[in-house]
Amino acid sequence: MAKAVKIVLAGEGGQGVQSVAEIIAEAANEEGREALYIPNFGVEQRGGVSVAFLQIGDEHIGSPKFNTANIVVALSERAVRRTKQYVGSDTVFVYDSGLEGIEDDIPANARKVLAIPALQVASDELTPRVFNIIIMGAVVKATAVVTEDRAKDAIEKKLGYKFEKNPKLRDLNYKAIDRGAELVAALL
Amino acid sequence: MSLQVAMPKSWRVDTKPHKFCPGCGHGLVLKAVGEAIDELGIQGKVVYGCDIGCSLLSWDFFNVDTIQTHHGRTTPVITGIKRANPEVIGIAYMGDGGGYAIGSQHLVNAAARNERITVILVNNTQYGMTGGQMAPTTMPGQKTETSPYGRDPEKTGYPTQGPEMVAAITREGAYVARATVAKPKQMKDFIKKALENQINGGGFSFVEVLSTCPTNWRTNAEDTWNFVEKEMPKYFKVGEIKVPESRHEEGK
Amino acid sequence: MPEKPIKGEKRYFMTGNEVVAYAAVMANAEIMYGYPITPQNEIMHYWTRMAPKYGKEFLQTEDELSAGFTTVGGVLAGRRAFTATAGPGNTLMQEPISMAEAMRLPIVVVVQQRGGPSTATVIYSQQEVTLTTIGGNGEGFRIVYSTASHQELFDYTIKAFNTAWKYRFPTFVLGDGYQAKMRESLTMYDPEERGQKMIPTEAYVGKPGVPGIDRPPGQYRNTYNVEEEIYEVVQQYTREFNAISPEVAEYESFGTEDADLVVVSHGVVFRAVKEAVKELREAGVKVGYFRPITLRPLAEKELKEMAGRAKALLMAESANGQLARLVKDAIYGATAEIHTLYKPGMGISAEDVAVRIRSILG
Repeated sequence: MAKAVKIVLAGEGGQGVQSVAEIIAEAANEEGREALYIPNFGVEQRGGVSVAFLQIGDEHIGSPKFNTANIVVALSERAVRRTKQYVGSDTVFVYDSGLEGIEDDIPANARKVLAIPALQVASDELTPRVFNIIIMGAVVKATAVVTEDRAKDAIEKKLGYKFEKNPKLRDLNYKAIDRGAELVAALL
Repeated sequence: MSLQVAMPKSWRVDTKPHKFCPGCGHGLVLKAVGEAIDELGIQGKVVYGCDIGCSLLSWDFFNVDTIQTHHGRTTPVITGIKRANPEVIGIAYMGDGGGYAIGSQHLVNAAARNERITVILVNNTQYGMTGGQMAPTTMPGQKTETSPYGRDPEKTGYPTQGPEMVAAITREGAYVARATVAKPKQMKDFIKKALENQINGGGFSFVEVLSTCPTNWRTNAEDTWNFVEKEMPKYFKVGEIKVPESRHEEGK
Repeated sequence: MPEKPIKGEKRYFMTGNEVVAYAAVMANAEIMYGYPITPQNEIMHYWTRMAPKYGKEFLQTEDELSAGFTTVGGVLAGRRAFTATAGPGNTLMQEPISMAEAMRLPIVVVVQQRGGPSTATVIYSQQEVTLTTIGGNGEGFRIVYSTASHQELFDYTIKAFNTAWKYRFPTFVLGDGYQAKMRESLTMYDPEERGQKMIPTEAYVGKPGVPGIDRPPGQYRNTYNVEEEIYEVVQQYTREFNAISPEVAEYESFGTEDADLVVVSHGVVFRAVKEAVKELREAGVKVGYFRPITLRPLAEKELKEMAGRAKALLMAESANGQLARLVKDAIYGATAEIHTLYKPGMGISAEDVAVRIRSILG
């Protein structure tokens, strides 16, 4: 049996990393897989870097936190510095290509380092509000913990009430998932 | 003086004579409580809680369900019982140390939440059970084991004005009074009103009773009585401090 | 009687605190008393949201002393009453818990451990083991279940009410910040649909009839005059506690028969241990695990047997040996070498455990 996929998502408060982690976890659970999601919930949640620890597998998950992730996604300069400790020789490290001043902090020991222009795509093609959904698309593509369709179902479940009022939002979110997936696919 | 004192019906005869020191005021207060229970016919509904301190000696005093708790904690225990079973009439019986020092947060918050319980607090100006230390209610200049040269208000403050504090933080519906063992009829009347207020579903009910402790005061009968009757009321004003609105009307 | 929130058996994905609130409702708990402290707050949040729908009561008290003593009042009134706390709140709550021990009152306390000493972190630790199992002045007459998953949080919260009311010892569900805040799947159910009967409660005070006329008064004390009196009471409790211990004690173990090294752990750390031991076993390493589920009483006989067989033990916990002290006492005389992996206030991962095992076995 394959080991659980371990994911670290980190960003500034308000970037929505916790909701992305939660939606992916719920999507996996809906598929009948085992998921364990734990936010860092210390005093850091007020003004600090927000980190989500997520594991998805086919068996009951072990310890809630882990030393090394399969994928680390860092969405701010501080998040890069905060999360490089979870990077090992098997880790794919993803960060936003728009981040500045982090050249020396990009972990050299990662299996792969992917810089994706998620912020730019969000503001140029879609809207900055779906930035975290682009990230979600990227994570789902990179890890295959759930299918992209299942990810869309999970978004529907979470935001369906908003989509009812404004169907355009649905398209926007679905597009964000697709674009996130494309950004990663091009680099994998 | 009659040697045979009539016991209230709600007293447990088999645990008498009681364990309080000669001249202690607790027996008088508990007699008033017993008579009030009898007159209100609530012996089957009362849950009586006593604190640590001399009040704990009343744990088998009445023929009513009784729980002896920890120092200062009778208020939350009776609150917990009343919240879980609002049918009971809850009485929390404690001393001044229990109510105004170690359990003051419970008294303040139970009063502020308007808990439907009756608190009876016996004020004898010091810690009796532990051997006569200074209490929040110790009078200025009064000598105790921890204020051997007399309480210095500059260093240790003035006596706590308990009922005044409770009256200030309770809302309409509360009953707050200060009684004294020197006026037994009035004391019973106040305690009875405090219980009636709970029976009627009114708010928090609180009676402080000025009482005696010749053992730790080291006073003879005359000085004991003089202290409770003359000295204590200089700081602790006896009377009703807050009564429910309806009672005002009835009284007119 | 209002309906229950769960019918049949259903899979859920939620936080541990939410699980505890549901479990308490499904166990027919009637009243919760509580005071805010992280990481247990959401137990109160979910309980208060469900309370009016299912005929439950809640009182937010002024502190944990009051939360504990009002819970004592709740069970005295014959209600299935509980509270929840953590860290410094657990410290304050030891006073009311000692009264419950002294008077054999079946209070249920859920503890979601956080870092210590003092305020420390609001996050996680296993540093409340000594406090929860032994407590304050007294002899630790209490039953403590240490859970390791949301399924166990649900199962043992329900069970705690029955254990408390059956044996009349204060009963604890010992979780931690991770379990409180993480989300994972579990199956929730109505215990009665599974044939798991809730043991009826019984009032200590406020019973029908007039005391002294229709019945003797219910009078309860925790204070005694002479040494002989309290000695007799404590001896009686000790005999009763020892007598029920074998049937109350729970544990799980794996591979201890032939293991060169047995890892002893509890609670959420056991998850890491189980994962590491399983992997190493598959790789041919002779390791096993022993996990006490009840930290008080411990499964002493089984622990002792295990420690008698094993060449070496590894004590793994997010504390400086709080479980190890209890275990060492239980296995006194065993010759197994004792190794440690202590990370006070820090999570322990499966990798940490595997690395430590390999370093010991060489």
